[in-house]
Amino acid sequence: MFELSRSQKEIQKAARDFAKGEFDKEVTLELEEKREYPEAVWKKAADLGFIGIQFAEDYSGGGLGVLDGCLIAEELCRKDSTMGMAITFSGIGSEAVFRFADNGLKEAFLPKVAEGEMLSGIAFSESSYGLDVSSIQTTAVPEGDHLVISGKKTNVLNGGSAGFYVVLAKTGVDDDPAKSLSMVLVEGDRDGIGVTDSGEKLGLNMMKTAELSFQDVKVPVANLVGKEGRGLSQADRFSNEIRILLAAQALGIAQGALDRAISYVKQREQFNRKLAQFQITRHKIAEMATKVELSRLITYKAAVGFDSGKPDAALISMAKMSSARMAVQVADEAIQLFGGYGYMKEQEVERYYRDAKLTELLFGNRGLQSDIIGEAVIGKVK
Amino acid sequence: MEKEVTPYVDQWEKDHIVPREVWKKMGDEKFLCPALSSEYGGIGGDFLHSTIVIEEISRTNHSGLAAPLHNDIVIPYIEAYASEDQKKKYLPGCVSGDIITAIAMTEPDAGSDLASMTTTAEEDGDHIVINGSKTFITNGINSDLVIVAAKDPEEKNPHQALSLYFVETGTPGFEKGRQLVKMGLYSQDTSELFFSKCRIPRENRIGEAGSGFIMLMEKLQQERLVVAIMAVSAAECILERTIPFCRTTIVSGKPLSKSQAVQFALVELAAEVKIGRTFLDKLIADHMEGRRIIIETSMAKYWTTDMVTRVADRCVDLFGEYGIMEACPAIRAWRDVRIMSIFAGTNEIMKQIAGKFMGF
Amino acid sequence: MNILNYTDKHEDFRKRLRSFLAEEITPNVDQWEKDHIVPKSAWQKMGKAGFLCTSVLPEYGGIGGDFLYSVIVAEEFSHTLHSGLAASLHSDVVVPYIESFASEELKKKYLPGCVSGDIVTAIAMTEPDAGSDVAGMKTTAVEEGDEIILNGSKTFISNGVICDLLIIAAKDPSIENKHQAVSLYLVDSGTPGFKCGRQLEKMGWHSQDTAELFFTDCRIPKTNCLGEKGSGFLLLMQKLQQERLVCTLGAVFAAERIMEFAVDYCKNTVVNGKPLIRSQAVQFALVEMSAEVKLGRTFMEKLCADHVEKKNIVIETSMAKYWTTDMVNGIADRCMDICGEYATLETSPLVRAKRDVRVMSIFAGTNEVMKGIAAKFMGM
Repeated sequence: MFELSRSQKEIQKAARDFAKGEFDKEVTLELEEKREYPEAVWKKAADLGFIGIQFAEDYSGGGLGVLDGCLIAEELCRKDSTMGMAITFSGIGSEAVFRFADNGLKEAFLPKVAEGEMLSGIAFSESSYGLDVSSIQTTAVPEGDHLVISGKKTNVLNGGSAGFYVVLAKTGVDDDPAKSLSMVLVEGDRDGIGVTDSGEKLGLNMMKTAELSFQDVKVPVANLVGKEGRGLSQADRFSNEIRILLAAQALGIAQGALDRAISYVKQREQFNRKLAQFQITRHKIAEMATKVELSRLITYKAAVGFDSGKPDAALISMAKMSSARMAVQVADEAIQLFGGYGYMKEQEVERYYRDAKLTELLFGNRGLQSDIIGEAVIGKVK
Repeated sequence: MEKEVTPYVDQWEKDHIVPREVWKKMGDEKFLCPALSSEYGGIGGDFLHSTIVIEEISRTNHSGLAAPLHNDIVIPYIEAYASEDQKKKYLPGCVSGDIITAIAMTEPDAGSDLASMTTTAEEDGDHIVINGSKTFITNGINSDLVIVAAKDPEEKNPHQALSLYFVETGTPGFEKGRQLVKMGLYSQDTSELFFSKCRIPRENRIGEAGSGFIMLMEKLQQERLVVAIMAVSAAECILERTIPFCRTTIVSGKPLSKSQAVQFALVELAAEVKIGRTFLDKLIADHMEGRRIIIETSMAKYWTTDMVTRVADRCVDLFGEYGIMEACPAIRAWRDVRIMSIFAGTNEIMKQIAGKFMGF
Repeated sequence: MNILNYTDKHEDFRKRLRSFLAEEITPNVDQWEKDHIVPKSAWQKMGKAGFLCTSVLPEYGGIGGDFLYSVIVAEEFSHTLHSGLAASLHSDVVVPYIESFASEELKKKYLPGCVSGDIVTAIAMTEPDAGSDVAGMKTTAVEEGDEIILNGSKTFISNGVICDLLIIAAKDPSIENKHQAVSLYLVDSGTPGFKCGRQLEKMGWHSQDTAELFFTDCRIPKTNCLGEKGSGFLLLMQKLQQERLVCTLGAVFAAERIMEFAVDYCKNTVVNGKPLIRSQAVQFALVEMSAEVKLGRTFMEKLCADHVEKKNIVIETSMAKYWTTDMVNGIADRCMDICGEYATLETSPLVRAKRDVRVMSIFAGTNEVMKGIAAKFMGM
């Protein structure tokens, strides 16, 4: 139960070797500064099969599971928190296409994502705070063979750069979002899409985030992802898959921060001793290492559950919430161990800290995850 | 601050520096060196004036204009230990804003272990020759006058080898290095300083030779208190921006502040801030009475800086996904406050000092 | 700068109290913990020496002292390392209701005895089905002529067994609005229909006679009502600030005692050839805990000073109650960890301290309730 299979270990090693060979700190810092996507590295990652590992092979995917995706995310984020997140988020939204769309849509779009030709994005939220399903106002109105989409979406990762967006919109008239929302795939080059850059972010600036406005954007009815009216339940399941990814990214970030901290304290000397020789230093590392282990166990367990066909939403939220929190804590302590250098961009741990914070905020902060978990664990209360 | 600082901080954050003119304006308004004796042109106030300056700068949501460092960390060394001639030479400019100061102690290989610094100061006739480098120096680029800690290479005992020296910008052999790119404090011109056979007049030594550590010991209580004031003020400001957001942001049909979890979070943060503020105010009063409060100020430095980091972090969380944007009102502060548990002596050093003075 | 300015009179009081406690109380504490009760005689000794109800005015037998006397009592008491003789509860939580809201007649009748220790008091609000939701209480007070008839039960009542006089919160069943139905009444312990039930076996506070109380057609004079009928909640609101401050005092002083023990233990215990206190991790832990205690103490003192000046500090006292009780629990826990297996023995003061402090985040309004109150008064 606690041992990865041979093929999983191979994927892990392949991802690790790839990151080691292709990730370059200077390149990352520059792309972050310029807010440019790491196209070259992304394409290489796609060539080696690291993108879309969960898609069926028919769609240029790896035909493997979410756990394999986690192993990749962990290794990439470990080596470089920002590059790792950018690459593993390159196809955000395509997971929904894979899980819910019909063959036509899948064939048309998934291979492009898996082959590194197309970025994707999701357009769910309509408030900068995050997704609030009860206040979605974007509509997708049927008009003959088409759906006409109008509305505004916020917090769109890859906003402006994506080949397509999976949009959550109202197709029904019911007040209950559980019945009236649908997912629609909207190509990025459709007429009527306006893109407003949301500006710099706390981290992951190499990926743009934007507000999208949809003004009577027409897409074929065939662009409906999954079933009409099932948008919310699909979005919930999709969110679960992304939360596992976030947990894995956080895990990788925590491990990477720990790696760097250990390396630094073994080499940095003050008071005629290596920092590693102080008891407090060892105790701090001990706590960090314990957190990384806990994070790994819960993340892998959540992923395995998903792959077995029985995703446990509470467990997934636990994994995302705890893994992200621990990543923030581990990276925070790593900065402290680096002292003044920890604050310098050059040393990277401050970037791990900021990126870790992102994993905590995306797809529901602590409060939201706790709501989900509490409700699931307590069950129905009469 | 509202007129001359706040409207410009976004630009300064982009420029990675605060223009010199701002210092001059501060000086014109007598906001520099407010606690310094009035014979040098200032208002001759007290540490409460200094505290007010720190608190009002916090409200501007930036940390670049390091007036507190100048006012309350550097100038006290000059006031307490410099000769009359040195004071007459430099202090009026420090008050007017014509002379921006910095203090250089930390080196690439000497952070917490200050005594292991390798920058040397050797006597050579009428001069002293300084060789070495310093890093993480606040006001590095803008500074006109730097107090440099350097050691006499002949003196075996590291604690008796240190002296403090005035080095003016422009002195041959004194180069300012690159500005350091940091996680936060973007508008702060933190940099490295290099001394390569830098010759300064002997008269530029501050106080007795070898008295560096004793001077530092005396002045560090105030330095730590200044950081604690910065930390508590920053925490208060962050909370002040977060509470209205929670009140006005509607999620699932009701304001965030109606969620029990959000209420509890805000109460817990407000409690920590109040407790920190109460402790701080007492220490300010004790400090002004001249009490020796090494243990308490060391504790305050670490506790309040850990606290503001916690407060910033949790407030960002309350902003939800908006927290990922630089535009979010809590983000710059989140990045800026992280340094507080590291500079002015890491929090680990603070605990060590407190433990030592508690007799452990 | 001293936040609290004790006068010479205060300091004399403290000196006398300290000697008294060292002689008359501390030597008996272990026995009382075994007996699960403090004998009435101890209360009487304390009262006769002038250490109970220091705020009661001289006309009723007290010294008319300010809140600083109460602070001194709480502080000196913490050195006895037990919680059974609940002097602060009696003097600073219960009796103030009588001082402020009882009729002149009742004050003359009861206050002198409260001061002398001949009358030990208790206050009964909590019920088996009404804890945090005090307004949900079911004990009824029905008017019949000149009398009030009480029916119901209360639980977790400190001094439940030995109390001579009880303040009980009960509701008029005919009034719809829960918040206007409750009144506070004085009940003598001998009153027919008022029975003390079993003493409750607790994790800590072993020497405290916490009990259940039962009321079956218990008749008391109508004049035993404190303040106006239906004013129960208004009266509680006026006194709870002090109650929370008293809890804060208890928490901070308990924390100081725990720290004293732990530091001493670490200095004198040798492990692997060196005193525990030589370990960097132990040093840092002791520093961190000491800092928290200092922070708590400073906040507590400031609130005491504000309280003496009669400031409205509902928010701050609610915060202080929860923060300091969480703090002392954290400290007790961490000190036990540092002191290792020794700390698991009852002979170590840490065990009793750990068991005793655990209730502090629960009684006098749970810490969750404290946060809810603070949130409300902060306008959320």
